[in-house]
Amino acid sequence: MAVPIQYNIRNLTLRKSATVMTSLGIALTVTTAIFIMALLAGLNAAFKGSGDPLNVLVLRKGATAELSAGGVDRDSLPIMKELPGVARDAQGQALVSGEDLLVVVLPRNDGTGETNVTVRFLTPTGIAMRPEVKLVAGRWFTPGQREIVVSKSIHSRFAQANIGDSMWIGKGPWNVVGIFDTGGSAHDSEIWGDINQLSSDFDRPTYNSALIRATDAVSADALKNRVSDDQRLKLNGMLETEYWAKQTSSGSPIKFVGTLVAIIMAIGSCFAAMNTMYAAVAYRSREIATLRVIGFSRSSILTSFVFESVLLSMLGAAVGIVLMLPFNGMTTGTNNPVTFSEAVFSLRMTPNVVISAVVFAIIMGLFGGIAPAWHAARREILVALRD
Amino acid sequence: MTLVSFVRKNAFRNKRRSILTLLSIGFSLLLLTVMMTIWRAFYLSDGSAESAQRLIVRHKVSLAQFLPISYRERIRSIPGVKQVVNESWFGGQYKDDKPENFFAQFGTDPQELFLVMTDFHIPPDQLEAWQKDRAGCVADAELAAKHGWKIGDRIPIKGTIFPLNLELTLRGIYTAPQATETLYFNNTYMDEGYARIKGLVGFFGVLADSPTAVPQVAKDIDAAFRNTDRPTKSESEKAFNLDWIAMLGNVKAFILSICAAVVFATLLVSANTMAMSIRERTREVALLKTLGFTRGAVLGLFMSEAVTLAAVGGLLGAVGASGVIFLMSHAPGIGLMMGGVKPNVATVVVAVLVGATVGALSSFVPAYNASRGNIVDGLRHIG
Repeated sequence: MAVPIQYNIRNLTLRKSATVMTSLGIALTVTTAIFIMALLAGLNAAFKGSGDPLNVLVLRKGATAELSAGGVDRDSLPIMKELPGVARDAQGQALVSGEDLLVVVLPRNDGTGETNVTVRFLTPTGIAMRPEVKLVAGRWFTPGQREIVVSKSIHSRFAQANIGDSMWIGKGPWNVVGIFDTGGSAHDSEIWGDINQLSSDFDRPTYNSALIRATDAVSADALKNRVSDDQRLKLNGMLETEYWAKQTSSGSPIKFVGTLVAIIMAIGSCFAAMNTMYAAVAYRSREIATLRVIGFSRSSILTSFVFESVLLSMLGAAVGIVLMLPFNGMTTGTNNPVTFSEAVFSLRMTPNVVISAVVFAIIMGLFGGIAPAWHAARREILVALRD
Repeated sequence: MTLVSFVRKNAFRNKRRSILTLLSIGFSLLLLTVMMTIWRAFYLSDGSAESAQRLIVRHKVSLAQFLPISYRERIRSIPGVKQVVNESWFGGQYKDDKPENFFAQFGTDPQELFLVMTDFHIPPDQLEAWQKDRAGCVADAELAAKHGWKIGDRIPIKGTIFPLNLELTLRGIYTAPQATETLYFNNTYMDEGYARIKGLVGFFGVLADSPTAVPQVAKDIDAAFRNTDRPTKSESEKAFNLDWIAMLGNVKAFILSICAAVVFATLLVSANTMAMSIRERTREVALLKTLGFTRGAVLGLFMSEAVTLAAVGGLLGAVGASGVIFLMSHAPGIGLMMGGVKPNVATVVVAVLVGATVGALSSFVPAYNASRGNIVDGLRHIG
């Protein structure tokens, strides 16, 4: 027969200060773990959710990133436009966009210094090929003008990124004329401008990359291979979604340091929980013996104390989750090693993160509770009663 | 029995509890020590004397923009400049794209590199061999050991940023004060292999006459190129490295919040232990007071007990921290940034002091209550 749960709950409320201190300690560990997991979840969402399955990204053979030097010759664009499977817009124009990427240094508006930001240069066709990107303020840039449009995240994180401001890119100032929202994709870390204006500034003979829109998913796959195999092009095609998904490696420093921190804190919390549980067992030594005399078996005593420890850690998990709630959705940035510029993303406390945090706390409770509970269950009844 | 041995015996009389408390505090303070060490290496240390004498000159817009090699001689002519070397990030792949195979490769001038990097050491015959081989390269000793490279080995690097694959031969192995995870090769190889960047370089490393000359030299260099179409940004090597760290995100806030969480957790653990321990000894306290110990003495005894435990925990944590720091500086992906992070005595002292302070703070309330308790009630207490 199991010891009633009520017994454990009463015991936890009776020893208030020990319960509060131990579960707060666990809560701190859980908070740290949630913070790290929410960061990584946000970063993954930004990259995995980016790109359109119908878009094929084209880079020079051997290049792994859009920022790679040399790239797609201007002459190869007409060839790509004639490939079978390329989608066309209402005017019958093939949806192929030659694009360039630049990195500029912008000051953060919270005064923590400056960082690299990616500027993408494209044509209105390129904008149309990314339907998830919506204008939220101002207007798109006018082709042939030194005008740029910034993402919502860039607008909120950087100084000089308001409509009416200007930024020095390449040979002169570019005016900010609009703000776009991507719903949290990787383009959220970008500034967009007109490619023809850039080409005349820099006299660039090639594009960094090209984007081709396919009519459907099957032709996207075929188009990818067709570009890679075409001897005239010497280029490499890949699905846009695959390209972005690879960049989740940006999170690896956070992941490594975060996991290390969470594990060390968890070990510390386990010992603290163990301490509290040993004290609980020692304090109730006679009580436990009495329970045994009444007829509760060793295994029900063991389960009861392990359960009490888990209860303690779950209390900590609950507090930890509540403590972290205000940070949900907070925007932050880290370095994207592929573009050497900032990847902006937001903290996401997804259901997965919350469940993992609870599981993490339960594991701490189990580890902290098993030894003391074992100790409680093994004690000789007579010795304990005589204590 | 002296007071010291009284405290020591009491602190460890419940062995299991003491050990658990020590371990719990130890792990927390281990983390604190690691964080403090990183903070110190990133933001407080001035680096080596040689590093303080160096500047990095890059394109004002960003590091991804190139500078013409002709800038080198103009920089050299600026007063206060002793040596200049050009460096270009190659960013290629060795073997595959696994993080453990990632290291930095720079194209540079073998004649000048070691004149600027005065704290790098290489045997003269190896340097000469490298200077004579256009397809030669030199590698950091630790990097060479990691990949099992010997002099004369072929090291193929696949270009990802540039459409050019390097077939390098290892001609020398250098040692640096901190592991750099860097391979240097002859920039002419890049120049000849990819015509579009001929005559262009990534940035310049500059050695100034003295550390005090650095700010002025930086200003003068930037002034010299202000009105060209490729203006420069010059800063000390230290500031340049900090820019990289800042790119990872808000590292300062991250470290500070971890430290705060850790100290608070330690406080809770220590307070819990002392509360448990003092409560068990209510009768003993009454007895001590009957024997003539004053309230102050009782308070002092309990507090010293907590301070002893927490300080020992701090010491254990600080020792464990050096292991973790070693692990971090050899981890793929972040090892490059952790190169200069080394444990030192000051952080150990701080960890022990933090432990002691936490011990004192956490034990004050329960110890104070115990010392104020009524003797008769205490003697009657059933614990």
